[in-house]
Amino acid sequence: MTAILYVLLLIVVAICVWQIASILNLKSAIATEKDNNTQGILFAVFGIFFYALMIFSFVKYSVILLPESASVEGENYDLLYLITMVLILFVQAITQFLLFYFSFKYRGIKGRKALFYADSHKLEMIWTVIPAITLAGLVLFGLYVWNDVMDISDAENPLIVEVYAKQYIWEARYAGDDNELGIANVRNIKGSNTMGVDLSDKNALDDVPVRELHLPKGRKVIFKFRSQDVLHSAYMPHFRAQMNCVPGMVTQFAFTPKYTTEEMRANSATIAKVAGINKIRAEKGEDPYEFDYLLLCNKICGASHYNMQMKIVVEEEADFNAWIKSKKTIAQVLQ
Amino acid sequence: MSNHHHKETFITKYVFSQDHKMISKQYLVTGIFMGVIGVFMSMLFRLQIAWPDHSFSIIEAFLGRHQDGGVMSPDMYLALVTIHGTIMVFFVLTAGLSGTFSNLLIPLQIGARDMASGFLNMVSYWLFFVSSVIMLISLFVEAGPASAGWTIYPPLSALPQAMPGSGLGMTLWLVSMAIFIASSLLGSLNYIVTVLNLRTVGMKMIRLPLTIWAFFITAIIGVVSFPVLLSAALLLIFDRSFGTSFFLSDIFIQGEVLHYQGGSPVLFEHLFWFLGHPEVYIVLLPALGITSEIISTNSRKPIFGYRAMIGSIIAIAFLSTIVWGHHMFVSGMNPFLGSVFTFTTLLIAIPSAVKSFNYLTTLWKGNLQMNPAMLFSIGLVSTFISGGLTGLVLGDSALDINVHDTYFVVAHFHLVMGVSAIYGMFAGVYHWFPKMYGRMMNKTLGYWHFWITAVAAYGVFFPMHFVGLAGLPRRYYANTAFPLFDDVADVNIVITMFAILGGAAQIIFLSNFFISIYKGKKATQNPWKSNTLEWTTPVEHIHGNWPGEIPQVHRWAYDYSKPGYKEDFVSQTTPLMDGEEES
Repeated sequence: MTAILYVLLLIVVAICVWQIASILNLKSAIATEKDNNTQGILFAVFGIFFYALMIFSFVKYSVILLPESASVEGENYDLLYLITMVLILFVQAITQFLLFYFSFKYRGIKGRKALFYADSHKLEMIWTVIPAITLAGLVLFGLYVWNDVMDISDAENPLIVEVYAKQYIWEARYAGDDNELGIANVRNIKGSNTMGVDLSDKNALDDVPVRELHLPKGRKVIFKFRSQDVLHSAYMPHFRAQMNCVPGMVTQFAFTPKYTTEEMRANSATIAKVAGINKIRAEKGEDPYEFDYLLLCNKICGASHYNMQMKIVVEEEADFNAWIKSKKTIAQVLQ
Repeated sequence: MSNHHHKETFITKYVFSQDHKMISKQYLVTGIFMGVIGVFMSMLFRLQIAWPDHSFSIIEAFLGRHQDGGVMSPDMYLALVTIHGTIMVFFVLTAGLSGTFSNLLIPLQIGARDMASGFLNMVSYWLFFVSSVIMLISLFVEAGPASAGWTIYPPLSALPQAMPGSGLGMTLWLVSMAIFIASSLLGSLNYIVTVLNLRTVGMKMIRLPLTIWAFFITAIIGVVSFPVLLSAALLLIFDRSFGTSFFLSDIFIQGEVLHYQGGSPVLFEHLFWFLGHPEVYIVLLPALGITSEIISTNSRKPIFGYRAMIGSIIAIAFLSTIVWGHHMFVSGMNPFLGSVFTFTTLLIAIPSAVKSFNYLTTLWKGNLQMNPAMLFSIGLVSTFISGGLTGLVLGDSALDINVHDTYFVVAHFHLVMGVSAIYGMFAGVYHWFPKMYGRMMNKTLGYWHFWITAVAAYGVFFPMHFVGLAGLPRRYYANTAFPLFDDVADVNIVITMFAILGGAAQIIFLSNFFISIYKGKKATQNPWKSNTLEWTTPVEHIHGNWPGEIPQVHRWAYDYSKPGYKEDFVSQTTPLMDGEEES
């Protein structure tokens, strides 16, 4: 790999030197008709390269993309994303074609006069109004999805979980039997009370602190985010979920897990992606990888920002209940 | 002024010059120097991203104690991305681009002998110079330079306990930026006053070349938004050094509770992005102005929809000041604000679409003269469209949730403002080099420079979208901590190879630039057969620009291939013929 790199470098430097030598004799500065011709053709060639690169990337790289949304709320996200992408690619394909085609077609010829065409209100009206209408549609659907995701006032019997960030560890706290989190502040941090839970709060004692997130399938989960030091961002890409964790305030996000971890592992896109990953890992002699949902940090937070993660397990409600029962409450941990 | 001959020494002519043409060259050379450093940094961290565990002698050679056996430290990685961003956005694409071309072209294209205040102009450059020096000094601080990202969000940037770069390195960053902002404000005020007051007879606002409109509006956004960043920087200095709590609250770090209470990092984000977003357009609008001028000249056609172009510049500028919240959709601010900012953000697509289509129509049925400046201008239109379209994803609060802070964002803004603005800058350099140095740049090298850069730029940033869509966050020292991202490693290698190719291609530009200053072909007065006033000045620079009277202006700047004229260009100084209508 590195060899190719140095060869590339060498080629560029060689071109450089050769050209610098010629600059002293050539002294050519203004495009001639011959240049116009060559460069115009090169634009056509570049246009082909451009489309080839686009098609190549989509064919080659679509396998690395995230599989379908693992949350119910993310379904609309995926639909909106698809619509937007189709629109983008449509406009991209047409405008870039026109750009490269015009550059090729109208390359300068001596003696030809360009068309004096300075204005057309009709044309300008067309390309003001059409984008405006299209955008209005996108905005409306976008706002619908946004409000659907962010408005959690109508959630019925949601599960409340606190996700707690610090350099470079995630922790979490379930609200316990009363489904209400006890208040907390960094000033209470002491010993094993790593999240600064206020033990004098009656809601606090049944809270369950954990280092791995388990979520029940089909039940809405409301996440409350806190950070004890710098900004972090709780990013759960498979669920189309992200929210910053801000010291001094509590932020929130909610979604309803749609597929258990097992179901997601059986998803065809996941299987293809995991197969690709394991092929690479086998070449490097590493253990095979098994798919898991993840929580990553997505806001620069210091040296180990790149390795701040927590595993998420989505399971059937019964399994989840059994799991949470097996965990100690704050009161039990701190005794 | 012009008939008052005062003797110039080396110092007053080349160092503390008050002549806008010399100041413009000073800006350009300083900007290029900073650009070389900024691009070189990106080469280093791209090596790290592509081959995280590999030892590189070049890293060992340059990073000293911040590397171990040729592998950079995570803190140094973050420092490099931080300083790369800072240098490219502010020192190259703000000062280097605006500083160079606003200074060069405003007096020359409006028909003025110099800027309204030559002295302030000189002070502006030297403040920029001092801030550049401080920024470079910060690279040599023992604990390393600022490394909290170019957005320097507190608490990370406020607490030396959080990362070593937030100590002296961050202090120097803030001091450097405060001085930079002072420089930028002095420059902008000068541009605004000059455009408003010093236009020659007949140069109505509606006859100004689009370059001047772009510089003028850019200066206004700068004056509106840069002071807000200054205030944010000052408050951050207060929090860091004097114990205030503007941006900090409830922090427990390294085993102790800090005294800060009641502040909010989100407040900083608001203040930062109130500049940060308009900054995108401070960078981009001058490039679009330059491109408008060059595309029209080299198409031998009037720019299509001159008034719509002005309207869209103004609309973009206005909207740019009310969209900053789209950087903060997942910051924890009220979701309702997210809705508002989505609406205002997507509105920007309309004037942007108008500009793009107007460029295309200008090319249509033109007689394209493929000079290097023209190639870069066409390249700009292409990257502006490619990068701008993905803004539809990022500007939409709902869609932003999952791509926020991933490589998708990096790919988007590098195309739409990084590559586009740099193309605009290159186009400007190739086009106005004869005006600056009295010589021409070599076209063959220009062609090589463009084509390698164009292939490399798309080779880098097109695949990068997919890395982001795979969910890889930006500013990750390595993707090795997640088996999930093992399959983006190959893409990252491709990206890095193209990045090195693109970086190396700039050697062609640098050679061409510096050799042409001394050995380039002597320029004629109007090499590109252009209409604008700067080409009516003599090739040799003189103080006051025109030897005699300042020419009067009788028409707009875009009478190319106008029916009824023998030549395919009509200078702005040519009076209208009997019965001729002004376009």
